Amino acid sequence: MVFLQLFWTFLKIGLFTFGGGYAMIALIQSEVTVNHSWLSPQEFTDILAVSQMTPGPVGINTATYTGYTAVLNAGYEPWQAVLGALLASGAVILLPVILMVVAVVFLRRMEGNRDVENIFSVLRKAVVGLIAAAALQLLTVDSFGQPALSLQFLLSIAIFVAVFVLSLRRISPIYLILASGLLGIIAYSI
Amino acid sequence: MVKYCDLFYSFLKIGTFTIGGGYAMIPLMEQELVDKRQWMSRQEFLDQLALSQSMPGVLAVNMATGLGYRLRGLRGSIAAIAGNIVMPILFILTLAVLFRFFRSNVIVERFFMGVRPAVVALIAAPVFRLAQSAKVTWSTCWIPILAALLIWLLDVSPILVILAAVILGFAYGRIKKQ
Repeated sequence: MVFLQLFWTFLKIGLFTFGGGYAMIALIQSEVTVNHSWLSPQEFTDILAVSQMTPGPVGINTATYTGYTAVLNAGYEPWQAVLGALLASGAVILLPVILMVVAVVFLRRMEGNRDVENIFSVLRKAVVGLIAAAALQLLTVDSFGQPALSLQFLLSIAIFVAVFVLSLRRISPIYLILASGLLGIIAYSI
Repeated sequence: MVKYCDLFYSFLKIGTFTIGGGYAMIPLMEQELVDKRQWMSRQEFLDQLALSQSMPGVLAVNMATGLGYRLRGLRGSIAAIAGNIVMPILFILTLAVLFRFFRSNVIVERFFMGVRPAVVALIAAPVFRLAQSAKVTWSTCWIPILAALLIWLLDVSPILVILAAVILGFAYGRIKKQ
C-alpha cells in the first residue's frame, strides 16, 4: 500500500533529520531510491537540482516530488498522486512540529544541559559524514557517464571541479546549476 | 497582538522568495520578524534558532513552528507553517506534473546531463566548511569518516548512524565526567 509506506517512510525521515536539508539527502536517498525504488538514482539527482532552483526547504520539496511520483508510478490517478505529495510533505513535518511545540512550551530556550551538549558535539560531526555520504553515493555512472574518454565523462568531471571551486567562493547555486545545464545543452548538441 | 493573516503573509513571503533551502531563510526571517515587524527581540529569535537546530526535522519548518507559537500559540504555528510551505509545494507539484512530459525531451535531458555533476559538487563543497563549524579535529575526524563509509560502502541506514552518534555522545559525556 503505497500511501501507508509513503507516510511511514517520511515520518521516519522527519524524525531522524538533524542539521538541515543537506543532512536529509543521505536519508531520503537510502529510503527512496534503495529501500523502496520510488525514484531512480537519476531522477533523485534531478529533483535535488530542481529543489535548489525553486523556493522552499529541500526536505519539503523532495517529499512533495517523491510522494507524487511514487503514487503515480504505482498506477494511481494524478489527483491521487497529488494527495500522495501532500501526505509525504505532511508526514515529514508531523513529528518535528509536535516536538517543537512541546519544546517551546517547556523549554523556550536551549538550557545549557551537559548531556544535550555532549550528544550534539558528536551528532554534528556524524552529520558531516552523512552529507559526505550523500555526495559519495551520487558519484555514479548515472550522474557522470561511463568512466572512459567519453565526452560526457570528461565534461562531467570538468563541471564537478568548476562548480566545487566556485561554490566554495560563494557563487549562488542557482547560477551554477543554470550554467551547468546550458553547458550540457550546448556540448551534447554539437 | 499579531494577526494570523499577517503571520501567514510574512512567512508566505519568506517561503516564496528564498531559493536554496532552509538555511537561506534564516536571515530573511530575522529581518522580517525582528527588524521590520518588531514582533520579537533578537534574543528570542536566536533562542528559537538554537532550539530549532537542536530538534529533528526541516529547519525552516521548525523555525516557523516555534516562532508562530511564540507569537500566537498553536494557531500561530499553523499559520506560519502554512505560509512557509504552501508556495514551495505548489511549485514542486507543478514541476512534477510538467516533468513527466518534458523529461524525455532531448533538450531537457541534455540540460540535466550537465546539471547532475554540478549537484554532486554542490553537496560535496560544504562538507569541509561544515566540518570546521562542527569542530572536527584530527582526533575526532574518525567520526564523520566512519559515518560516511558505513553509509556509502556498507549501506548502513543513516538512522542507525544518527542513533549511534546520540548514544556515543551521551556515553562519552558521562564517562568523561567521572
